[in-house]
Amino acid sequence: MKSAPTTSPATRRPRSRRSTQPLALEGRLADLGATAPGGLRASVLARVGLADTWAELPSPLGTVGIAWNGRGVSWIGRVDDQEAFEEHFRSTIGRPLSRVAEVPEPLARAVARRLGGDRRARVSLDLRGHTPFEVAVWTKALEIPRGEVRPYGWVAAEIGRPRAMRAVGTALSRNPVPLVVPCHRVVRSDGSIGQYSLGGPEAKHAVLASEGLDMAQLEADTRAGQRYLGSATTRVVCLPSCHHAQRITARHRRPFATLGAAISAGFRACRDCRPGSGVILAA
Amino acid sequence: MRTVLWSVMDPDIALVGRLAADLDRAFPALVDAHADRLYSIALRCLGLTGDAEEVAQDALVRSYRALATYDPDRILSLRLRPWLATITINLARNRRRRLADRRPASPLEPLLTGGFDVRAPDSAGPIALAERHESRQELIQALSQLPLTMREAIVLRHVDGLSVADTAAALGRPEGTIKAQVHRGLGQLRRALTAEAPTGASAQPHTSEMTA
Repeated sequence: MKSAPTTSPATRRPRSRRSTQPLALEGRLADLGATAPGGLRASVLARVGLADTWAELPSPLGTVGIAWNGRGVSWIGRVDDQEAFEEHFRSTIGRPLSRVAEVPEPLARAVARRLGGDRRARVSLDLRGHTPFEVAVWTKALEIPRGEVRPYGWVAAEIGRPRAMRAVGTALSRNPVPLVVPCHRVVRSDGSIGQYSLGGPEAKHAVLASEGLDMAQLEADTRAGQRYLGSATTRVVCLPSCHHAQRITARHRRPFATLGAAISAGFRACRDCRPGSGVILAA
Repeated sequence: MRTVLWSVMDPDIALVGRLAADLDRAFPALVDAHADRLYSIALRCLGLTGDAEEVAQDALVRSYRALATYDPDRILSLRLRPWLATITINLARNRRRRLADRRPASPLEPLLTGGFDVRAPDSAGPIALAERHESRQELIQALSQLPLTMREAIVLRHVDGLSVADTAAALGRPEGTIKAQVHRGLGQLRRALTAEAPTGASAQPHTSEMTA
């Protein structure tokens, strides 16, 4: 960094740290360069989505870790082991990740409202780097209302890939933002709960219970052959957890084992839960 | 001659190649290479440390968003130094305009806009440092008194070290205009410095007040 005072203005940044002589004016101007504050780099990279920050956040499953950048929420995971959380993020997403004290208030509030079932709460998601199929599966899962469940085959049929049930399961298990993208609302068609990335079947039970769904009852009904529920008054048949089905009074409930049986009995499929999706293979 | 040598050694040429090939992978290197100079340009045009940080940050974010929409050929043809300087200068101007509209006058205002530098001084010998710091403050003060167009030209040409051609390109003014503005600006600075501190080391009233 030590260089003689220079009079040549075109030489890049002549710097004199020790000279007590007044430098030529051009040299003194060149010496007015400053060092950017330390946090600037990290802020820029975070804002453009090339680096992420994370903090802890309360959830129906206790404290979870949430990572985000300028484009949106990029990761939600368990934080029993913080190093494992960071390692899992880096190995999957491949961006630098740094910890901050807390989630910024607007984001924390939006996520809390989302998890509380407010679908108007906007939470941007950063799903770059994932396959179009995975994003299609997760986008479909976002349509399932709180407190309701759909079979894997339903998701597969709804995204136009009725035979890709297994791939749907794999995509859901890779959901980087569980809870916000409600992969826990997708269950097996036999009514059993299936796998869950955020802590296994027990955790899945717990989240669904927190949304007011009696999973044990649903499983028992399915096992007893009640896979669809029709209303004797409206003649509409639903998936059992559909909010329309849940409003049918006991007296008017008409359970069906297959959709075909319901249609033959003069029922039409609900336009909200679309029980017809995914039955092509099952029927 | 010098400019030819410069373009051969210019690390930005390799950098635009990397940006064109993989923007996300190369962008952190752009931040590393240009953050200090963009911060310096903003700081010397605005004189307020906090605002300069925001301007430099916004400029880099904007450059990323622009690059993301450019095709590789357009990125390859970019000259990063003047291009980034233009973005920074424009944001600094907007910021200055907004501050002028909103900020109520306060007793500290003349000192702050007068370019008092609140950064911690560099580490160096205490006496040399004190003298250097003082003459630096005088220069910053004098610079902040220049009319904005003249100051922008001086900052890009001599603080940032752009060539006359690049300064002209960055500011969208003819080279002749830049030469004249720089020449007149240097003259004004010299007059201001000799008028205020003939020895170059005597304390200026407001500077000593602020450092005390």
